[in-house]
Amino acid sequence: MNFLVCLKQTFDTEEKLVLKNGVISDDGVEFVINPYDEYAVEEAIRLKELHGGEITVLTIGPDRAEQALRSALAMGADKAILVETDDLEEELDEHSISQLIYAVLQEQAITYDLILCGYMAVDGGSAQIGPRLAQLLQIPHVSTITKITLNEKDVTIEKDIEGDVEHIQTKLPLLVTTQQGLNEPRYPTIPGIMKAKRKPLSRFEVEDLPLNEDDFQSKTTQKEVFLPPKKTAGQLLTGSTEEQVASLVEKLYKEAKVL
Amino acid sequence: MGKKVLVFADRRDGDLRQVTLESLAAARLIAEGEKVVVAVLGTNAQKEVDILTAYGADHILLMEEDYLDTYTTDAYVLAWQHVIDLVQPDCILTGHTTVGKDVAPRIAAHYGLGLISDCTSIDLENHEIIYTRPIYAGKAFIKKVIPSGVQFATIRPNNISLSPPDASRSATTEKISFQMKDDLLRTLVTQVVKKATSGIDLSEARIVVSGGRGVKSEEGFKPLQELADVLGAAVGASRGACDAGYCDYALQIGQTGKVVTPDLYIACGISGAIQHVAGMSSSKVIVAINKDPDAPIFQISDYGIVGDLFEVVPLLTKELKKLLPSS
Repeated sequence: MNFLVCLKQTFDTEEKLVLKNGVISDDGVEFVINPYDEYAVEEAIRLKELHGGEITVLTIGPDRAEQALRSALAMGADKAILVETDDLEEELDEHSISQLIYAVLQEQAITYDLILCGYMAVDGGSAQIGPRLAQLLQIPHVSTITKITLNEKDVTIEKDIEGDVEHIQTKLPLLVTTQQGLNEPRYPTIPGIMKAKRKPLSRFEVEDLPLNEDDFQSKTTQKEVFLPPKKTAGQLLTGSTEEQVASLVEKLYKEAKVL
Repeated sequence: MGKKVLVFADRRDGDLRQVTLESLAAARLIAEGEKVVVAVLGTNAQKEVDILTAYGADHILLMEEDYLDTYTTDAYVLAWQHVIDLVQPDCILTGHTTVGKDVAPRIAAHYGLGLISDCTSIDLENHEIIYTRPIYAGKAFIKKVIPSGVQFATIRPNNISLSPPDASRSATTEKISFQMKDDLLRTLVTQVVKKATSGIDLSEARIVVSGGRGVKSEEGFKPLQELADVLGAAVGASRGACDAGYCDYALQIGQTGKVVTPDLYIACGISGAIQHVAGMSSSKVIVAINKDPDAPIFQISDYGIVGDLFEVVPLLTKELKKLLPSS
């Protein structure tokens, strides 16, 4: 069974954002595998442990994204592909990224039974890449999965739908996007990290792919990035607990008018 | 320079969702006098005609096929394509909901379109549509445009203000049928298990009562649920509470988890980690209840009570019961 995991390197979620010249600064920022993509890596490893096969991890991103791929290899993926986009970062949108993934799959004749992507990235948060890629590959997809069971070509899935759970039957080949609750990603072990250094990682430039610039040119453009107005601390209520509660209700009702 | 706008109505369990009316408000702005078309998928759609008309629809397409009552990706993608080919819109809008998130990217890929997801505001500047959306779960925002071609966006519930309904408006309706071959449907829904504690969806809730590590156990969420019931609120949680196993991950609010923007957010026993704050700091009014006076949550809250949530929350429930009519 061949598993393909598409992942993105993102800021750690505990990072504060700083704007420099209208751009989000990555000075001194801690980078991680996008947490949703980490569920995808973990699930691929668990499925491989059950059914055998090979796991390829793939990312489109700057040079530093190799680190995220190495982490996935250290967790247990077998090989990695990096499409390097250092000069293009700002100009690529979801249309571009999905076209680039599609192109590298074609160029490398990568075969897959199951593709796993995080349901969304914690930075861009558009949740588009998985479904877009499935459409380009003309395969079905199921998003926000919290459980998956494979039996030959048959797939049974539990999917989170705004708090409720939907049970789904489908078949491979398939793309799934992974939701929180699917699994608890493992930490790489020291031997895992050592091994990962020797696992194959192929690098591509955008020019290496069978694409014209028109094919992956962004369909959307950024005008401005801004930080929301800073919240300032409000009032700490005083008095006995009873008095504080009474005062809170009064304020919510008359001052904030949210009741 | 008007634009013909197509809105796909969002329904849950057969009922129209508020975000559809919010999409209609955006649609009217963008249309600049051109037609606003709304497509309603699934049976029993006729009942939505009046409200859609009052909120700005000019033409309503009813695709009352029973296979559209339960959402499946393939059926919806094909149905949307059919509607889009029929209407030939200049702009497509829908809610950033379970359905919108799932169909819209496939539609965008099918037609090779740009898509701006999860917009919190849509404005016109010299006839150009400016889409504003959060990034990093609201730690920052970005303004984007689609320079040419069909405009396409999904709208985050609870953010775009409704225009007042106008009962004197009129709209035309049209029934369209669309046959689906079974073999085109590659995923099959076998069962839906209701787990959500109340019928109120977190992302659309007007009030959210949320618990953190300070709630201490699964049992500890009970007083929060009681408060939520009185307020007609949804219950949420921080990552700390979810990781500790006090509640389901479906309730998690934060940069991982859901982003919420209710009118009122009541944080109980939540310290205010950066990743949690990203998911709720755009709430209009924030109340924090925490034992620790130095908890960072007080830095972003409008009203704070330093105290034990197990004392404060039941008292608050009692006070509110006196004030609010029981529903």
